Amino acid sequence: MELTQKHHEYWRKNLVITAILLVIWFVATFVEGWYARDLNNITFLGFPLGFYMSAQGSLIIYVIIIGVYARYMNKLDKEYDVHEGEDD
Amino acid sequence: MAIATGNSTFNAELKKYYSIYTGGFIAFVIALAIAEQAGMSRAWIGYWFLFATIALYATIGIMTRTVDAAEYYVAGRRVPAFFNGMATGADWMSAASFIGMAGTLYLSGYDGLSFVMGWTGGYVLVALFLAPYLRKFGQFTIPDFLGARYGGNIVRSIGVFAAILCSFTYVVAQIYGVGLITSRFTGLEFGIGVFVGLAGILVCSFLGGMRAVTWTQVAQYIILIIAYLTPVVWLGVKHTGFPVPQVAYGPVLQKIGELEKKFTADPTEQQVRGLAKAAASEAAAALKDPVKAAGDRRAALEQRLAKAKAENAPDYVQKSIQAALTNTPTDPAKAREYWSARTNLGANASPPRKHAEPFPGPTDQARNTARLNFLGIVFCMMFGTAALPHILMRYYTTPSVRQARTSVFWSLFFIFLLYFTAPCLAVLAKFDVYSNLVGSKFAELPAWAAAWRLVDPSLLTITDLNFDGIVQLAEIAIGGDIIVLATPEIAGLPYVVSGLVAAGGLAAALSTADGLLLTIANALSHDLYYKMLDPGASTARRVTVSKVLLLVVAVIAAWVTSYKPGNILFLVGAAFSLAASAFFPALVLGIFWKRANKWGAIIGMLAGLGICMYYMAVTYPFFRDFLGVTAPIASYMWFGMNAISAGVFGVPVGLLTIFIVSLLTPAPDKAVQELVEHVRYPNLAGDIDTRAT
Repeated sequence: MELTQKHHEYWRKNLVITAILLVIWFVATFVEGWYARDLNNITFLGFPLGFYMSAQGSLIIYVIIIGVYARYMNKLDKEYDVHEGEDD
Repeated sequence: MAIATGNSTFNAELKKYYSIYTGGFIAFVIALAIAEQAGMSRAWIGYWFLFATIALYATIGIMTRTVDAAEYYVAGRRVPAFFNGMATGADWMSAASFIGMAGTLYLSGYDGLSFVMGWTGGYVLVALFLAPYLRKFGQFTIPDFLGARYGGNIVRSIGVFAAILCSFTYVVAQIYGVGLITSRFTGLEFGIGVFVGLAGILVCSFLGGMRAVTWTQVAQYIILIIAYLTPVVWLGVKHTGFPVPQVAYGPVLQKIGELEKKFTADPTEQQVRGLAKAAASEAAAALKDPVKAAGDRRAALEQRLAKAKAENAPDYVQKSIQAALTNTPTDPAKAREYWSARTNLGANASPPRKHAEPFPGPTDQARNTARLNFLGIVFCMMFGTAALPHILMRYYTTPSVRQARTSVFWSLFFIFLLYFTAPCLAVLAKFDVYSNLVGSKFAELPAWAAAWRLVDPSLLTITDLNFDGIVQLAEIAIGGDIIVLATPEIAGLPYVVSGLVAAGGLAAALSTADGLLLTIANALSHDLYYKMLDPGASTARRVTVSKVLLLVVAVIAAWVTSYKPGNILFLVGAAFSLAASAFFPALVLGIFWKRANKWGAIIGMLAGLGICMYYMAVTYPFFRDFLGVTAPIASYMWFGMNAISAGVFGVPVGLLTIFIVSLLTPAPDKAVQELVEHVRYPNLAGDIDTRAT
């Protein structure tokens, strides 16, 4: 089977969104963790920010990342006509 | 479309059944609460929770029995995203998460958060790199994918070996948890508790494979999350006046900070810290002859009591000494337990750890090593999450790629509910200990503390070191597991909630053990037996072989567990590091890089796994003793990284090796290229079909 131009574009868009979300994940995890001591000097909702991010904030970001990816890709499937029909 | 209506009716029916089920469970808890008021004994409440929930899982297990291969291996691929999310949540959250997590956070403050971050953030990798593609591929196991993508039985065999290695390590930790909970809440002996728990595990998975496991896991998730959140919300209202303590415990954390400062500077506390150190070394010496040492201590306490009486010391001081005397056992087994719990007082020799401070240490170098280890654990837990076969397998069960993506979202959402509560629970419990327990008189301890110190001294030891009759912080030695177990009592809830928590812990351990045992049995029956030894076997035969193997593996795992092998947290961590090193590079490059080939995968997986196992072998005390490694640990350590994070080296070595070896050997053929294109698009006109039946 030959892939069309459109298929390649779909895959490229997939890679772009994957890369963007991965960068956000990396910052929320490793950059945040690396600078946790410094972030603790900032107060947020009564919490030291570094503690809050590792205990709560980063977790919320992870949930959002996955939600955004699922929504975006499920829409992209339809736009590029590679979806599997209505199933829900 | 026929399938569409079929799916949505199915979904609606599931929602109806599980709503009725949830309502029924809440009614059951309320009925027991009323029975408790009417005078039902604690032991009976414990039995009711244990046997009613196991009977419930057994009923679901029997109702969903099957001999059909697709039903047995992947629940017929009909599990809607929302329910697959719940099942994954239960599959994921083990006894270690449910019971141990809040305790770890209580004891290690910020540094314990590496597990909270790692065990949630890993789902980002699952969502972005694996779940939708594996669903499109649509077979039964993870070695299936490796076998198809890289060709030949060598890669599949390595996959089978690695899947069994990490799942077995993990399942031993789960069965250990099951034994612990069963024995604590029913009074059965640990060894018997293990086998009772094992029966509970088998009724879920034996008859119906993945199908039965899925629907019991949904039921188990509902119980475990109700059990976890109820006492925390209550405790939260008590300390923050707000029913969502997860966002409101900041001020409580600040108060803890102030109390920590106060305790650090307090002269009495300083004096008691010195006494704690002495008491710990006394206890270590006493372990050589616990009974004689207990006799000596009783004699010393009697003198002390006589002196207090002569000096006309206040009543509560005399009572405190009297209580210490009563609590010093002379029975050999009890005395051993008593002294070994007292060695934990050694941790109180230094001032309390600052709860919110990341990576504490005496020098800059120590702080930097602590930070590296923190990030190392986060890394391994994340990449391990995205590589553990029992989790990845769950994404084979959704009806479509689209639902697989949505399903990862629901999975993390349901897991998040527990993990984002654990740090809050740790802080609330700590505040209660710092503000209510510390400063109370030994003669009038809070009810929960008075009860638990008698249940198990390794969970809670409080001892009047300076004989002033008042509890100082340095006089309390706490075992992490007590935090979750005692929260209902700390919050002042009736005993029925404690039973509920035990049922939740049991649900968490059982559900994870189910998923893991099934993974091991499938790797053996599907990958080894059907794909490699007897490709002509009939469906019924394959399912039967799998059931027999499940039984055998379960018994072996229980047998290993009854030897109580070491530290649960290390076992779990090791499973993650091993899985990450073996699977992650080969799976992800297999999807995202067409050029990755068979030899790259073979050598890459072996290299990743090899380096990970080597590092653990030379830096973890248990393996070092076993292998007779004598040179100092430090001489083997790289960057001061602990053994649990060995995956930090395994994953990059694996990725790099696959990359280099693939480029040095011929590109994979056209069929493989087509397979890769196939998994990348949810639907292609004129596509190949890789689904297994």
